[in-house]
Amino acid sequence: MNAAAGGPVAAIVRQHRLRWWEALPWAAIVAAYFLFPDHRALGAQILFMTLFALSLDLILGYGGIVTLGHAAFFGVGAYAAGLLAVHGWREPITGLLVAGVAAGIVGLVSGLVILRTRGITLLMLTLAVVFMLEEIANKASSITGGADGLQGVRLDPVLGTWRFDIFGRTAYVYCAIVLFVLWLFARRLVHSPFGRSLTGIRENVQRMHAIGSPVHRRLVTVYAIAAAIAGVAGALQAQTTQFVGLNAISFERSGEVLIMLVFGGAGRLYGAFVGAPAYMLAQDSLAKTDPVYWFFWLGLLLVCVVLFARGGLLGLLDAALRRLRR
Amino acid sequence: MDALLAAAVSILFHGLAYAMVLYLISVGLSVTMGLMGFANLAHGVFAMAGGYVTVTLMNRHGVPFALAIVVACTTVALASAALERLLYARLYRAGELDQVLFTIGLVFMAIAAAHFTWGPLPQGFTPPDALRGQVELGGRVFPAYRLFLIAVGAALVVALWLGLEHTRLGARIRAAVDNRRMAESLGIDVGRLFTVTFALGSGLAALGGGLGAEILAINPRYAIEHLVSFLIVVAVGGLGSLRGSFFAALLLGIGDTACKYLVPELGVFFVYVAVRAVLLWRPAGLFGRAA
Repeated sequence: MNAAAGGPVAAIVRQHRLRWWEALPWAAIVAAYFLFPDHRALGAQILFMTLFALSLDLILGYGGIVTLGHAAFFGVGAYAAGLLAVHGWREPITGLLVAGVAAGIVGLVSGLVILRTRGITLLMLTLAVVFMLEEIANKASSITGGADGLQGVRLDPVLGTWRFDIFGRTAYVYCAIVLFVLWLFARRLVHSPFGRSLTGIRENVQRMHAIGSPVHRRLVTVYAIAAAIAGVAGALQAQTTQFVGLNAISFERSGEVLIMLVFGGAGRLYGAFVGAPAYMLAQDSLAKTDPVYWFFWLGLLLVCVVLFARGGLLGLLDAALRRLRR
Repeated sequence: MDALLAAAVSILFHGLAYAMVLYLISVGLSVTMGLMGFANLAHGVFAMAGGYVTVTLMNRHGVPFALAIVVACTTVALASAALERLLYARLYRAGELDQVLFTIGLVFMAIAAAHFTWGPLPQGFTPPDALRGQVELGGRVFPAYRLFLIAVGAALVVALWLGLEHTRLGARIRAAVDNRRMAESLGIDVGRLFTVTFALGSGLAALGGGLGAEILAINPRYAIEHLVSFLIVVAVGGLGSLRGSFFAALLLGIGDTACKYLVPELGVFFVYVAVRAVLLWRPAGLFGRAA
């Protein structure tokens, strides 16, 4: 028996391996396609919001950066993909890539400035980015459509074969595949040395500075990566709903994605897969009757989660499992 | 030349009035942030509540302006003290994320409650008769109400400064902001001090919301719409600094008014760029100490 077989090293090595329950979200996504054929359009929305929440998990759950401006990147991606399609570039996959790169660049540039600060100043700057971009999207109405939104987003079939239909069949599968690919990437990222150093920064910045980790550079890198993924999520919205509104780039959208992630459980990569569907389904059934009350209950729920259920739904599940095992 | 001067005077005047409102609302946030480091994004809710109470008392119940303002301040201050003891106090040791989520939850609830009670439209605010109309000063005419705002704001700035520098409460607050542990070892009950400061800050915010209802229209989204402005004042001024908040409010008030007047299309853009430049130069704010 060598020492590596047990102890803390083995525990870390084991973390990287795929476990059986990691297949559950994917089984659910495939099953939902066949079980609810009438709700595939909603399903596609849930999938791109899941991707959006996943991107936030990288910076919030792993990097420990509290941001209220993540919708800025979602919006940049959405407008980039939308504008590309409106101006004649109708190939969807390259559209996604361009949107991701555009949002990544915005993330890189704003991250370089924002991440030098901490606490309330950082919060203010992330908010300022989203308000500023919203203002630009609103004022530049000749380009973006302003408050009316960007209309006339039309796309070629995916890979020249699958046409976007009104039932959301193509949209659902397309979103699911993009989500899967980027989930693999995110999973790889958080288990890499880079991901471990992020967790270190979240847990103890001083110590990471002390051992010579380039903290600022690491944070800016993950900020830009998360921005790019958020941009792809925004592009998926633009392509599948064929419309980009100002709400794609609003404070409310930032708040929503934060809530989704926290309801699910941040810092565990699967919080997004629980929180986003739960939020979207609740919103779909409750907010239709009265969006104002929806925000009231949402606020109340948020206060209760913070006071009584830190760690979100998955955190509650963890606690329940621990109690059962005892 | 005369037109240029007139524009400059107008920008300065309106900017000053806006700055006073910003200062009144944000100063409490700055001091409570400096004391407890609590990320209270719901501070704007207190200003909004002050505005709603003032406007409702005046418009629906015919209460005189001064009385309405006083009632608004007192109710908001008392309500915020209760809120602080019941809920906020549980989260002082919690992480920043929890504080942010909790206060956003409060903001969402406040938006819904305001929407439900007063409807989605902005509330009309009519200054009392004595403060309506124009006043002539040095050959130019100014709206009387804004002149009143500036005067009241300036008086309060002085009063706050004197209060912080020359009263026992002020000395305690300064001590606790400087070094909380040391202040506690000297027998200052920082918890109670914080409740009092929190209530005072919320009362001032309510005052700002009520007095400033003409400039920042009272509507359900108030607490979100102006959140960035309040946070800019706090961050640019430096946490817990009365002087910093004042200069930051002045800069933001006049700068914002100037940008909106001179380049209406890109006004907001310039303001944010300027804020970023200031914070790159001094990350802890103009009068903040490096952490």
